[in-house]
Amino acid sequence: MLRAIFSFGLVIGFCSLAVNTAYAETPGDILAALKAEASATPGFQGFSAERGKSFYRNKGKHDLSCSSCHTDNPAAEGKHAETGKLIKPFAPAANPERFTDMKKVKKWFRRNCNDVLDRECTAQEKGDLLTYLLTVTK
Amino acid sequence: MINTRKFSRTLGLGVMVMVAMMYVAHVSNARADDDDDEDSGHRPAIVDAKWASECSACHVAYPARYLPADSWRAIMAGLDKHFGSNASLDPATAKEITAYLEKNASTRRHQSGKPVLRITETRWWRSEHREVAARHWKNPKVKSRADCQACHTTADRGDFSERHVKFPR
Repeated sequence: MLRAIFSFGLVIGFCSLAVNTAYAETPGDILAALKAEASATPGFQGFSAERGKSFYRNKGKHDLSCSSCHTDNPAAEGKHAETGKLIKPFAPAANPERFTDMKKVKKWFRRNCNDVLDRECTAQEKGDLLTYLLTVTK
Repeated sequence: MINTRKFSRTLGLGVMVMVAMMYVAHVSNARADDDDDEDSGHRPAIVDAKWASECSACHVAYPARYLPADSWRAIMAGLDKHFGSNASLDPATAKEITAYLEKNASTRRHQSGKPVLRITETRWWRSEHREVAARHWKNPKVKSRADCQACHTTADRGDFSERHVKFPR
């Protein structure tokens, strides 16, 4: 009986460990949320990896693109253009932490879209980009 | 039938194990949240988790001790125009980080007038780097003067000591 209670404590402990370290969302969840958002725009016809790829490489006003820091290959390690700070791979295939936390995804889209385009990205652009990133293999 | 003391002791032990595990999970979670910085080596003794994760996302987390408090206040108040980038934080995070920076700031008196916003513009930094040859600064592997890590190989661990300096070729 006592041993059972102790084991119960252990099991609960392990469970909390497992639950806590699991990712909050999957890239699929985040893509679905973007799709729901984009669907509200009239004429939405789905996301395209091809469009996402050109969006990733197209330079904005400041001669910057996503690839300026994340490199031409989103599965490779990047480097901040100004500070040299290492940036872990962008593509979920190469870095499973990516697109697993909606709050973080929102924050970094806001920041980086503003840096590159001087505006926020649309749900269409974000969805195209994520669709492209999900096609990238290691 | 059941020895109550023994029972509560075992239950207590079970709960303690549980709490310990939740703590480990919490700590490892905080680490996972740290965008681009996963070092586990040496760090200065007092570190604020929010400072460590937020301020190391785009550059090395520049130690609080390298600028006086009024400089940090000015930097934190102007995050929306942070060296060409809008690095705004939510108010609670900004408040916590500002408090941490103020508390651990340099106490050196610096030139009067406007607060210095770049560590590289302090007299201290310039004097420390006066022997660095121009060719190192021109090396494309040294992105800018903000790229401490290019030569200070352990800067990401908060260790800027000279013995870990290695000039890239």
